[in-house]
Amino acid sequence: MLEIKDLSVYFGVINALKGISLTVNEGEIVTLIGANGAGKTTTLRTISGLEKPTSGTILLEGKDITATSAKDRVKMGISHVPEGRRVFPSMSVLENLELGAYLRRDKKEIAKDLQMVYEHFPILHTRRKQAAGTLSGGEQQMLAIGRALMSRPRILLLDEPSMGLAPLLVQEIFNIIGNINNNGTTVLLVEQNASMALRIAHRAYVMETGSIVLSGTGADLMQSEDIKKAYLGG
Amino acid sequence: MEQFLQQIINGISLGSIYALVALGYTMVYGIIKLINFAHCDIYMIGAYVGYFCMTFLGIGFVPSLLAAMAVCTVLGVTIEKIAYKPLRNATRIAVLITAIGVSLFLEYGTMFFVKAQVRSYPPLTGLLAETLRLGNISVPMLQVLILAITVILMLLLQFIVNKTKIGKAMRAVSMDQDAAELMGINVDTTISFTFALGSALAGAAGILVGIYYNSINPLMGVLPGLKSFVAAVFGGIGIIPGAMIGGYIIGIVEVLISGYINSMYRDAFVFAILILILILKPAGLLGKNTREKV
Ligand SMILES: Nc1ncnc2c1ncn2[C@@H]1O[C@H](COP(=O)(O)OP(=O)(O)O)[C@@H](O)[C@H]1O
Ligand SMILES: [Mg+2]
Repeated sequence: MLEIKDLSVYFGVINALKGISLTVNEGEIVTLIGANGAGKTTTLRTISGLEKPTSGTILLEGKDITATSAKDRVKMGISHVPEGRRVFPSMSVLENLELGAYLRRDKKEIAKDLQMVYEHFPILHTRRKQAAGTLSGGEQQMLAIGRALMSRPRILLLDEPSMGLAPLLVQEIFNIIGNINNNGTTVLLVEQNASMALRIAHRAYVMETGSIVLSGTGADLMQSEDIKKAYLGG
Repeated sequence: MEQFLQQIINGISLGSIYALVALGYTMVYGIIKLINFAHCDIYMIGAYVGYFCMTFLGIGFVPSLLAAMAVCTVLGVTIEKIAYKPLRNATRIAVLITAIGVSLFLEYGTMFFVKAQVRSYPPLTGLLAETLRLGNISVPMLQVLILAITVILMLLLQFIVNKTKIGKAMRAVSMDQDAAELMGINVDTTISFTFALGSALAGAAGILVGIYYNSINPLMGVLPGLKSFVAAVFGGIGIIPGAMIGGYIIGIVEVLISGYINSMYRDAFVFAILILILILKPAGLLGKNTREKV
């Protein structure tokens, strides 16, 4: 469904991505793990069109979208939950969710999706009139995911959804990601919480300073000695 | 007491004009963090468009108002496209200096075409020349008109910003540009639209000041521009209701100082207010006191 070939990104002289390639198949959860500064966020931002690559291609369902605007990528079904949640703080929860459906005109279906989001995250329904900036970290993460679902994505990009959350909440967020995937949405999940990510992912890639150094099924990588040492604290 | 009320009414008229101009400063700052120095000159151009419409084309006030707003909208959007958009990723100081350049260009460009001399709006006729009497207070219809138009425009603006899709996009972009882009919002279009709205309001302010004070010149925007900017900062820069309140407060203070102390001091007082607010509540009346990241 999503294929990245030889993607390079520079920030001035900093070479953040050094020709990475990866594939996400329809229906999968693929995780991208790696230490801070490895280039995970840059990878997602380039896929959603916030950063321009200096070389390489991004294919969505075989179509080259490397030069496509961020807006058109949303239309084509890419939805990105950015690092640090980035909800619109002085807008209400409901307004945030409505903005997630910004490009859609099908009012009835939008209303259905709003109900679907409230089913995934009942707390968002309770807080729908509250300003998003006043939510707790976990609630903001739920809102950011809910907002991304409102565009009815085919592939959901998630950047460290567990960051800064209590273990119980992390478990809940991961359960919801599993549910979203079961409902048919493909997921590309960036995480520093490698053990959790590997557990729910079908496949995984490991990044180090701008390159992909390892890939395999989630289960395989969990067994790998290198991974255990570097990321799983064993 | 009557004199005081009379002064307040004058202050409201002046404040309406400051508020309309302040809105443009605050919206543009809110969305691209730029103090658009050229904004006060768009207001001046609005005054000239109104003047030409009413004097040479002989068309009435309302069509002239719409013409001034339309021309200023186009001008504001064009300036953004030509001068600011290419600098989207430049340092803030580079954009600021460009804005000063655009401002000087508009001032002296206008002077080249219309000469530096002061021009007078045609005298008002009909209903607009009348005066409303409320007991011992007299309110020229002109002031009623200024207030009415300002209130209509502000209600319209509030509606656009809070209820329409493009208005929501404006608010989203001003809070978080990247996140807005991830929603599928076209950031460039949204910024253009913000300039359009602000410039239309400045154009309206220009023609209103023309019929109110009756005299215009190519540098007329400079001082009111500064005061409107003070009004925007006073209310909390980037906050729309703040600019409205700030505009009225500055207008009323200025008129009261002129009336009761000495008109020589009025500008000094306005800027003293700016200094005070920057010391006491840097984020402005309605602003949250967060330190700005530069
Ligand atoms: N806007 C930017 N300007 C300059 N350097 C950046 C920018 N964004 C990221 N980088 C650099 O690119 C590298 C990868 O960053 P990032 O993608 O955020 O890593 P990760 O998400 O894996 O922690 C880091 O060295 C980081 O400092
Ligand atoms: Mg990151």
